[in-house]
Amino acid sequence: MILASQVWTQIFWTSVIAGGLLAGVPLMFTALGEAISERAGVLNIGLEGMMLAGAYCGFLGAYYGGNQWVGYLAGIGAGILASLIMVALCVWLGLDQIVVGIAITLAGEGITSVLYQARFSAEQPRLGNLDSNPIPLLDRIPVLGKAMNGQTPLFDQPLIVYLGLTFAFVLAWVFRRTNVGLNLRAAGEKPEALDAAGVSVVATRSYAVLATGSLAGLGGAYLAIAGTGGFQPFLTQGQGFMAIVIAMLARGRPIRVVVFSLMFGIALSLSTVLQLAGIELAPEVVNMLPFAAVILALILFARRAYLPPALALAYVRGAR
Amino acid sequence: MTETTTTTATGRASVAALPRSAARSLRAERILDVIIRSIVPVVLALVAGGVLLLALGRNPLTFYGNIWTGGVAAGAWQNSAIRMAPFLLIAAGLTLIFRANIWNLGYNGQFLLAAALVSGYAPGLTNHVPAWLAFALLFLLAGAAGAIWTIVPAVLKARYGTNEIITTLMMSFIGVDLASLLIKGPFHDPTTPLPQTAVIPLAKMLPPIPGTRIHIGLLVAFAAILVVHYMLTRTSWGLRLQIVGANPRAARHFGINLPRLILTSFLASGFLVGLAATADIVGLWGYIRTGWDPAYGDTIIPFVFLARLNALAVVPFIAFFSVLSTGGDLAAQQAGLPTDVLYVLVGLILLFMTVIEYLGRRRELGQSYLPQGLRQALRLRRAVA
Repeated sequence: MILASQVWTQIFWTSVIAGGLLAGVPLMFTALGEAISERAGVLNIGLEGMMLAGAYCGFLGAYYGGNQWVGYLAGIGAGILASLIMVALCVWLGLDQIVVGIAITLAGEGITSVLYQARFSAEQPRLGNLDSNPIPLLDRIPVLGKAMNGQTPLFDQPLIVYLGLTFAFVLAWVFRRTNVGLNLRAAGEKPEALDAAGVSVVATRSYAVLATGSLAGLGGAYLAIAGTGGFQPFLTQGQGFMAIVIAMLARGRPIRVVVFSLMFGIALSLSTVLQLAGIELAPEVVNMLPFAAVILALILFARRAYLPPALALAYVRGAR
Repeated sequence: MTETTTTTATGRASVAALPRSAARSLRAERILDVIIRSIVPVVLALVAGGVLLLALGRNPLTFYGNIWTGGVAAGAWQNSAIRMAPFLLIAAGLTLIFRANIWNLGYNGQFLLAAALVSGYAPGLTNHVPAWLAFALLFLLAGAAGAIWTIVPAVLKARYGTNEIITTLMMSFIGVDLASLLIKGPFHDPTTPLPQTAVIPLAKMLPPIPGTRIHIGLLVAFAAILVVHYMLTRTSWGLRLQIVGANPRAARHFGINLPRLILTSFLASGFLVGLAATADIVGLWGYIRTGWDPAYGDTIIPFVFLARLNALAVVPFIAFFSVLSTGGDLAAQQAGLPTDVLYVLVGLILLFMTVIEYLGRRRELGQSYLPQGLRQALRLRRAVA
C-alpha cells in the first residue's frame, strides 16, 4: 500500500489526536450539557443558538478582556441568558420544547451574525494563540503527549480541556451516585414520582436547562477562542445539532458522550490531517463518515438510541 | 373557504347545535380569535425587531419601508411571488408530516440532494425531450430524490421506534455533503473551473405565467397545497394522520397500521420538499454551486406553526414571509446589515407565537394567565403581608 508509509508516522497520529481534540472539545461541552437536560426530560433543540451566543460573547470577552478566562465566563453567561428563555417558556409555562428550541436557534444565529457584522465587519479581529499547559512527564509520551509541528495532543492542552474532561467524570458520578443525579433522572423518567417524593420537577428541570445553557455557551466560547481564534457568523455550522445526536446516541452517559465527541471531532478534522499526510480525499466524504457510520450502525443493529419517556413533555401537576 | 380554515371539527359541531344568530357571533368570535393569535405575534416581533434596529442605530421605519419597497411596491411583488414557490412546497411537506407529530427535520438534505440531481440532469434533458415532458420528469426526479432520502429515518422509526429527529438530521448532513460531491463530480460543468453545474439556458427554464415574470412553479406549488389540504381534511388517510398525531397509542388500539402510516407520511413529505428544489432550480437559479445551502426549511417552520398546520392557512403566511425575505434583502443592504437580521425576526415571531398561544389557551379554559408556581408565590406573599 502506498498509504501505509504516509499514515504510519508519528506526526500523522499526533495531528489526528490534536485535531480531534480541537474539534471535539466544543462538541463535548455542548453534548454534556444536552445530556443533562435530556436526562431531566427537556429536549434542547436551541443548542445551536446557545452555542453561537456563547461563541460571540466569549469572543467579545476574550477580545476586550484580553484573557481567555474572561471569554469563557462571558460565554457561560450568554449561554445561561439564552437558556433562561427556554426555562421560562418550556419549563415554567410548559410550551412546546421543539418550537421554542427552533426559535432560540434562529434568533441566536441572526442576532450574533447581525451584531458581529454591525460592529466588526471591517476589521474582523483575531484572537492570539492560546498557551497550552503540558502535564509534566506525561507530555513526553509520543503521539499522546509530545507536541510536534505545533500540534498539541492530549497531555499538552489548555487548562480548560483538562477541566472539561474532569467534569465529565464528575458528572457521571453525580448521575450515578448522588441524590441530585437521581432527581435529574427521575425528572426525565417519571416526573410524577419525583413530584410525589416531594421534589419540585419544575425546579429540577430549571437547573438542568440552565446547566445545559452554560455548557453550550462554554462550548461555543471554546470554539471561538481556541478553535478558530475569532468569531464568524454561523461559526458552529450545525455542531449544536451534532451535539444533540451525540447525547442521544450516548444515551445521556457522560463518559460515552466524551468518547463519541472525540470520535466526531477526529472525523471533522480528518480531512485537513489527511491533506497534511499527502492523501487527497474530498472533505465531503470525510465529513459524511461519522453520520454514515451511525446510520449504518442503527440499520444493522437496530439499536434504539434510548430516550427518557418524559422527554419533550411539559410537566403539569395533576394532568393526565 | 374561510370557514374550513378557521373552525376546527369540534367548533363546527358546537356551532351547528346553536341557534343561527348565536352561531354566527360565535363563528365571528372564533375567526377574530384566530386572527388575533396569528397577527399579534407578527406585530410584536416587528416591534421587538424595531427596538433591536434602534439599538444598532438604524431607523426601523426606514428598514420596514424598504421591505415594502423591495418586496411589494412597483412590481417587486413578482419577485416575492417567485420566491414563494419553493417556500410553499416545503411548507406543504412539513405541514403534512407535522400533523402526525412526526419531525422531519432533514429538509435541507432532501432539498439540496434533489436540487443537485435536477441541476445535473436538467441541461441535457431539456435539450432532448419536449419541454413539458422534461419539466414533468424533473419534478418527478426531484420528488423521488427527496422521498428516497426519508426512507431510512422512516423505516427506522416504523420498525424500531428510533427517534426521527436524530436520524433525519443525520441524513440531512449526509445529503448536503453528497449533493456537494455530485456537483463537484459527475455534474460538474467542464467549461468552468468553479464548482458548479452547467447553466440551464434561459429559454429552457420553467415558462412564466402569461402577463407576469412569475414562473409556473408557483402554480405547481398552489396545486400541491390544494392536494395536501384535500388529503388532510377529506380522506381517511388524513384523518388517520391526525389521530396518530394526537395520540399514537390510541391510534394503535384503533387498528391503524402505524408503520405504514409513518412510511407514507415520510415519503409524501420528502416528495414535496424535493419538488421545491425543481421549482427553485429550473424556475429561478438555473444552476447550483457547492456551498449553496439556503436552508429554506429553517425559516419556514415558524409559519407552518402559525398556520396551525392548516395547509390553506399556510398560503398567506408564506406570502408574508416571501415579501419579508425579498424586501429584507434590500432593507438589510440599505441599512448596512447582513440579511441574517431576518432570522432574528422569524425567531421572535416564533417565540411570541408560543406565548400568545399559551395565553389564548388559558383564556379558553378560564384560567389565570400566571403560571401556577408564580401565582402561588404571589398569593403566599399577600398572605404574609
